[in-house]
Formats: sequence, C-alpha cells, structure tokens
Amino acid sequence: MDQTRMNRRGFLRHGGNLVAAGTLAAALPSLVAAQGAVTVGFIYVGPRQDYGWNQSHWDAAQKIAAMDGVSVVEQENVPETAEVEKVIQSMIELDGAKVIFGTSFGYWDSLKKMAVEYPDVLFTHIGAIWKEGDPENVVGYRGYTEEAHYLCGMAAARMSKTGKLGFIGSKPLYFIYNNANGFILGAKAVNPDITCNVVITGDWNNPVREAETTNALIDQGCDVIIANVDSPKVSVETCEQRGVYSCGYHSDLGALAPNGFLTGAEWNWAAGAEFMQAFLAGEPYPNLKRGGFAEDMIALSPFGAAVPQDVRDEVMAAKQGFIDGSLILYKGPLKDNQGNVILEEGESIANSDTPFKLGVDFFVEGAIG
Amino acid sequence: MTPVAIAQSREAVTINVAAFLLTLALFGVYVTFLGHNPWDVYYVLWLGSFARMISIESTLTNAAPLMLTALCTAIPARAGLLVIGGEGALVVGALAAVLVGVTLGGLPAWLGITLVGLSAAIAGGAWIGAAGALRQRRGVNETISTLLLNYIAIAVMYHLISGPIRDYERVLKTSSWSIPDSLRVGEMPFIDVHWGLGVGVIACLVLYVVMRRTSFGFGVDILGGNQRAAQVAGLPIDRMVILCCFAGGAAAGLAGGFEIMAVHGFASESLAVGFGYAGILVAFLARQNPAAIILMAILLGGITASGGLLQRRFDLPDATTQVLQGILFMIVLASNACYGRIGFLQPKQKAGA
Repeated sequence: MDQTRMNRRGFLRHGGNLVAAGTLAAALPSLVAAQGAVTVGFIYVGPRQDYGWNQSHWDAAQKIAAMDGVSVVEQENVPETAEVEKVIQSMIELDGAKVIFGTSFGYWDSLKKMAVEYPDVLFTHIGAIWKEGDPENVVGYRGYTEEAHYLCGMAAARMSKTGKLGFIGSKPLYFIYNNANGFILGAKAVNPDITCNVVITGDWNNPVREAETTNALIDQGCDVIIANVDSPKVSVETCEQRGVYSCGYHSDLGALAPNGFLTGAEWNWAAGAEFMQAFLAGEPYPNLKRGGFAEDMIALSPFGAAVPQDVRDEVMAAKQGFIDGSLILYKGPLKDNQGNVILEEGESIANSDTPFKLGVDFFVEGAIG
Repeated sequence: MTPVAIAQSREAVTINVAAFLLTLALFGVYVTFLGHNPWDVYYVLWLGSFARMISIESTLTNAAPLMLTALCTAIPARAGLLVIGGEGALVVGALAAVLVGVTLGGLPAWLGITLVGLSAAIAGGAWIGAAGALRQRRGVNETISTLLLNYIAIAVMYHLISGPIRDYERVLKTSSWSIPDSLRVGEMPFIDVHWGLGVGVIACLVLYVVMRRTSFGFGVDILGGNQRAAQVAGLPIDRMVILCCFAGGAAAGLAGGFEIMAVHGFASESLAVGFGYAGILVAFLARQNPAAIILMAILLGGITASGGLLQRRFDLPDATTQVLQGILFMIVLASNACYGRIGFLQPKQKAGA
C-alpha cells in the first residue's frame, strides 16, 4: 500500500499488524511461509475433491505448487458472500499471497474490489469477463472445452453400438450449447447417422436429477453419456453400474468407471501460471485469454481401458488437427436441430471466434430434445 | 445489581469459560490424532480470529449476520417457542429489500436505506409472525412450520430470480436485478466491516433491555415459563407470542436486508448459505440471552474465520471447523446441566433461610 492510499483505517490495521507480528510471528517461526517463495492462494466454492469443477482447479493448484519457488495455500467451501473478501485479505496479509486464483464465477465482484485495495497482487478469474475499466491486476481466462468434447464425441460414436448418445447439460448457457455441439459434431464426423439425446437439468448441482436423467437416457437406448454438470461423478457411476460407456468433464474421472470410461473433456487452469509469471516479472500480460488445445488451455483425459488403439489414434490425430488449426469445429454446411441453416457450404467459423461462440444458443443437427 | 444477579452472572461466565476450555482441550486431542501439534493449532486459531486487525475484521464480518439471525430463535424462545426459521426470514427480508430497493433509486440515500431496511425487517417479521399466529390460532407446531417456511422462502427466491426479477445481463450466475448504488451501505468507520454489524449489536442490546428491563419482557418470561399461568394472570398471550415472533423474524429479515445492501446488491442463491441455521446454534450457545448473543456470534465468527487459516496452514479439511463447532455445541448444551449444582457458585443463603 503506497503512502497516498494510507488512510486512517489502513493505518490502524497496519499498525496493529506490526505489533502483532513482533509479538506473535517470532513465537512460532515454523508457521511462517517459506522465505523467498511466491505464495499463491486458491479459493474454491466447494470441496476440492468433488470429481468436478473444483477438482479441475485443484489439479491446477497441484501443478502450480510443483513449480520452482512457488508455494500454494488453499481454502475450500468459501461461499460467494462477504466471506470471500475476508479470505482474500487473510491470504494476502497472513500468508503473504501475491497471486489469488478465484475459482468460482460469483467471486468476480469481490475480486475486483480486492484488486483495487491490493494493487500489487494478481487476481485471476475463470469467467473471462474482464472489460476496459476493470482493474489491471485482474485477469480472466477460460478454455474452449467444446474442442475436447469433439474428441469425446468421436470416441463415443466409435464405441456406441446403438448409434444413440446422451448429453446432460446443467443450464442453457453458451458454453453448454458449445460443448453439446462439439460432442455431436465429433460424433457425426465418424458416424454421420448418429443422434444425441440432450437433456438440460436446470441446476449446476442436482445429483438426484442427474441420476434419474442418466437412467432415463440409458432406458431410451443411449449407450454413451456425457454430463456437463458441476460434478459428473453421479452420472459416470450410474453409467458404470448400468454397463454403458461414459465420458468425463472438468477433471479426470477415469478412476470412477474402470470398465466404461472412454475419455473426458478437461480444463487446464494451470495455464493461469502464464499470467502469474508475467505479473511477478513485471512484464505485460493480457487481461483476457481464451483458447483451446492450440493454446494448451484444455486437456483430454487419459483413455479408459475400453478404448481400442485405432480409436485412440484417430482421436489423437483430431486433437493434432485442433493444435495445428487444420480442424475447424463450426463449418458449413451446418444446420441446427430445427432445420435452420447456420452455415452455408464453404462458410466456417474460426475456432478462436469468441463473439460467435458466446452467441451460440442452438443445438446442431443430430441433437434430440 | 443484586447479590443474586451477580452470583448468577458469575455462574454463567464460569460455566461458559470452563466449557470453552474443555472444548479446546478436546479439539487439541482430535488434532493430535491427526498428527498436528495442538499448540500450533491453537496459535493458528488465535492468529486467524483475533490476533490482527484483519483477523478481527474477518471474525466480525462472519459474526454480523449471525447476531441478527440468532435473535430469530432467541426472542421467540423467551416466550417458550422453538423457532428455526432464521434462514427463511433472512431470504424473505433480502427479497423484500431487492423489490423495494429497485423502486427507490431517486430518493436521498438515508431515506432509501431506511425504507429498504424497514421493508426487509417487516417482511422477515411477517414471515415468522405468521408462524407464531398459526401456532396460537390453529395449533400448528412452530418448529415444523418455520422449518417448512425455510424451504418455501428459498423456493420462492429461486422462482423469482430465475424468472420474474431475473437480471439476464448476468449470464453465468442466476440473480435478481441489482438495487441502485445509492442504496448500498458501506463499511463502518475505523473498521472494515459493513454496517450490519453495528445494527446487529444495537438490535441485540435493545432487545436485551426490552426483555430484561420492561414489563413486557417480564410478561414474556412468565409466558415462556408457563403459558397457562400467563393466561390466568390475564396476559395477552396471543399478541405477545406473535410480537416476539415478529421481532425475531424482523431481526433475521434485517440480516437479509444487509446482505443485499452491504454485500451483494442483488438476490442470488448465495443468500441461503446457512446464516439462519448457524444463528440457531448461536442462540443456544447464548442461552437465548440477547446480550450474550453478541459474544457468542463473535466466538462462532472467529471459529469460521480461523477455520480458513487452519485449512491453509495444516492442510486440514474444511470439516475440521465443523468438528470444533460441534464439540463446542455439545459441551455448552451439556454444561446447562451444571447450573445450580456447583456449590461455590451459588448465591449465599441467609442463615435460617
């Protein structure tokens, strides 16, 4: 905090800290964070081992903790209330954190507020909604998980015997539409006649409805299911019990279904380390970043035992296509599932066309429901 | 204070301090089994809750809504009711704050904030007051009805924020319209905690005086002791029960109002994060005494605040804080059996009495 920002409140707080630091920190040196290391704070909205959204961030925390000169502190189950601001302050002032990863969408306003109060700390957010005028020490980043869903769709179509897939979505939001479309387009790339039943539960987290929906899809003949919910654990386990294939989302769920797990679409939030290093080195960094496989912002789960080598090779070749830009997700001729023409023959949308993807509110042809 | 009152306070303080120390000792045993040095853990508990200005602010921020929601259980409890509807009253108060707030953009801030606070309090008060009326007039058990009213309040909120009052601009988080900036209340002077804390402390103190120093409060105590006796004594028991429920509900509604005015600015699922249920815990820890609620809310706020640091320094699971809270709750409840049984804490009996 520089001199011009030192007000009465700040003076009281820092004065108090000096006294307390003198008397208490000396008492237990073992508890003071390692000297010389950069401390990074991760804040999760739920339990970090949820086989879902929070775990994808925990994966990143572990990768970042393994970097040289970095130590990570983590706190889970932090609600999107006034508490998160106090947790951030505590991480910065008691743990000495220089970078804060706010891993829930609803932390956004709190992160911006704290960024003004602590201009020498970097804050990252997962919504990629930073805009001109927001603090410079806040960044937003987010992966194009639809590319990983495309690969899941390919594996799913190769493994399906009934030619019917199932997609369970949480909310009718742009990235859920994109993920479903990626899954279906990937499936149709290997089997043009395949269909996919799509069900939106309406909730981020509703394990009972997710289990019911999974069972209903299986009863309708779907034999590969992917669930875009906070934690696809219930759906994947239900598929395993019913003896059908499943794909994962967020983080690696292979351990939950040793027989039926094919692969999964994962985030690579550890890509945020790039902002962190630039910030700490005093170099410029973008405030907004989106990317897919080419930018290493998403990942594909390791294949399950059920997937034969030729399918693995085919999927990995498509992944290479996303990396080198030869594979385009949205390209014509493309219709939505109502029969409306989205793209004419010869038209295509660049994989990095964020404005288009933000506006996607349709399911492509082949989606049922 | 009379000698008897002094002896009673001394008894309460002694028993509570002993209960707290026993809680810490048991928690120390628990963390020792998890492989940590209990003294390190105590130090971190202290560091995270009270050792620094930032820790105190964190503690008080957590405590602020708990003071108000605890009153929702404590005030009806004095009239002999077990109300657990703080969560619902908070949500209803918050919804009222949003609905009234969005229409008041043009008013001067002081007037607008007062009106929003009042409407939150009235909405919460009516919500719990209705449960009181149902009990007195229709014999509906207030514990069951307030529990169910919680579910109804939260369901109504979900309905409103996902349709009728939804702000479609906020794409990824389902939430209501925002109240105008002129109605947002900031932090208190000298300390980085929002005004909900100050209002919570004032509400606790005012209700303490009302309950302990007025004939109304005396009447409520009689009512809480024995409703038949109060009826025979000619007390307007229906009105008193409903009024106590209204006051408690109003406090919780106000907590919701401050969640809107001071914290969020809009209604979302983040309102129903358990402040109402934690308030029940606080009310019981305080033995339904409004003044003691202030201290117990701060104690519980401190446990929550330092729980985060405990997680970070020792890599303990989040549930560790709940273990500590659980031990504290059980021991304080069990310690209620000690009142009147420990000889040296009793008021001295006059010879021959």
